[in-house]
Amino acid sequence: MSAASMGPLALVAEVTHRCPLHCVYCSNPLELTKRARELPAGVWARVLREAAELGVLQADFTGGEPLARPDLEELVRAARHAGLYASLITSGLPLDEKRLDELVGAGLDHIQLSFQGAREESANEFAGAPAHAQKLRVAEWVKKRRVGLTLNFVIHRRNLEQLGEMLALAESMGPGRVEFAHVQYYGWAFANRERLLPTREQLDRSLEILRDAEERLRGRVRVEYVVPDYYAKYPKACMGGWGRKVMLVTPGGDVLPCHAANVLPGMTFENVETRPLREIWEDSDAFRKFRGEDWMPEPCRSCDRRALDFGGCRCQAFLLAGDAAVTDPVCSLASRRGLVDAILAEVNSAAPAHLKPTSEWLYRPNPA
Amino acid sequence: MTAPEPNSFPRLAPGCRLNEKAQQPRVLLLPERALRLNGPSLEIVERCDGRHTVAEIIAELQKIYSKAKPEKVEQDILGYLALLRDQRALDFANEKPGLEKASEFP
Repeated sequence: MSAASMGPLALVAEVTHRCPLHCVYCSNPLELTKRARELPAGVWARVLREAAELGVLQADFTGGEPLARPDLEELVRAARHAGLYASLITSGLPLDEKRLDELVGAGLDHIQLSFQGAREESANEFAGAPAHAQKLRVAEWVKKRRVGLTLNFVIHRRNLEQLGEMLALAESMGPGRVEFAHVQYYGWAFANRERLLPTREQLDRSLEILRDAEERLRGRVRVEYVVPDYYAKYPKACMGGWGRKVMLVTPGGDVLPCHAANVLPGMTFENVETRPLREIWEDSDAFRKFRGEDWMPEPCRSCDRRALDFGGCRCQAFLLAGDAAVTDPVCSLASRRGLVDAILAEVNSAAPAHLKPTSEWLYRPNPA
Repeated sequence: MTAPEPNSFPRLAPGCRLNEKAQQPRVLLLPERALRLNGPSLEIVERCDGRHTVAEIIAELQKIYSKAKPEKVEQDILGYLALLRDQRALDFANEKPGLEKASEFP
């Protein structure tokens, strides 16, 4: 069965780029969509119906901060009416208990609440906003209601020493699931990479702690983690393969195979205002470009792992090697692996000046 | 992996639910994943409503699948319930809950 005929399983609905936080590792593009260009709720409702007809099971409302939209309840209701599982990926700002009740009443299934660490001061520094205390309150409110809760801790060089504290915090909150996501280097994280990329020693220690936690908390909290693939031997199966499982709709209605695809030069993305979602999924140039194996160069083309990792990430290939159609340079078999090794050598050399604590973050701004 | 307690009442955890009856295939929806359910697994999950004990679920499925060896049915169910518990798809209560308002949706 071809990837197009499989149909996507998840729709990532980026409903706004507006956000009260300014995280230094935000995955949004450097060029943010303005409020005036955001799709209205009625169009989203149609997109959600079309997604369900295409076989999508889950809608992930994300952004920016989805709560910045006063009509989010309407979007959640539309997702449920379309038969989708409705998930909210949020910073927890701005939220109060009344609005949370409205969202749960609209049929919200699951909330993924992000944390920037366990210590208030540094968490607020990475977020570029005083957000940590509110997040703790939101976790308490969510626990009192019948809705799924995932805590998502974003981890990197500057907060890895707090990993034990983050685990203790997560345990005390008792979510169903906790995710420790090493920063992935796209968008604003790519711009701040030098200050975010952990050392090998830090990474190894963090994996030890996480593996132990996974075992210890089994049956109580589902512990999951994402490793920074610069250190990996093989690339990640980005999005489960290009145009294979996931589609993302931007605030303005462009349909992308992944969060970062708009960095790729020469790609044009079709819009839900002008074409049905099914046609975009099955026939658009953007979705066909790297779907399947025909586009693959060597060593991917003849590699046993090509059906496991699909050649890795196209956006990472472009960001690191300047060419979206080469093997992901993080792969140990890639001809361009040297690019990644050079970055790691610098990060792991003794205390280079630019890795000292600094306030020179490039913060993500708010779109107009 | 410890087996679920026979007298406990398994119930889908918050954030976990079956898709609607009219939808095919039937799946168990969890945060960031979905498990496809076949005949027996659907029969099991449908009974994880906080009102059946593990032992009752086993007895009911042993009746439905009367051609299979009862011990095999029991083992399969205990294994499946433990798997769902480790996915955090199930909570196990020690007693039957009071009449709680069911989900109001839709």
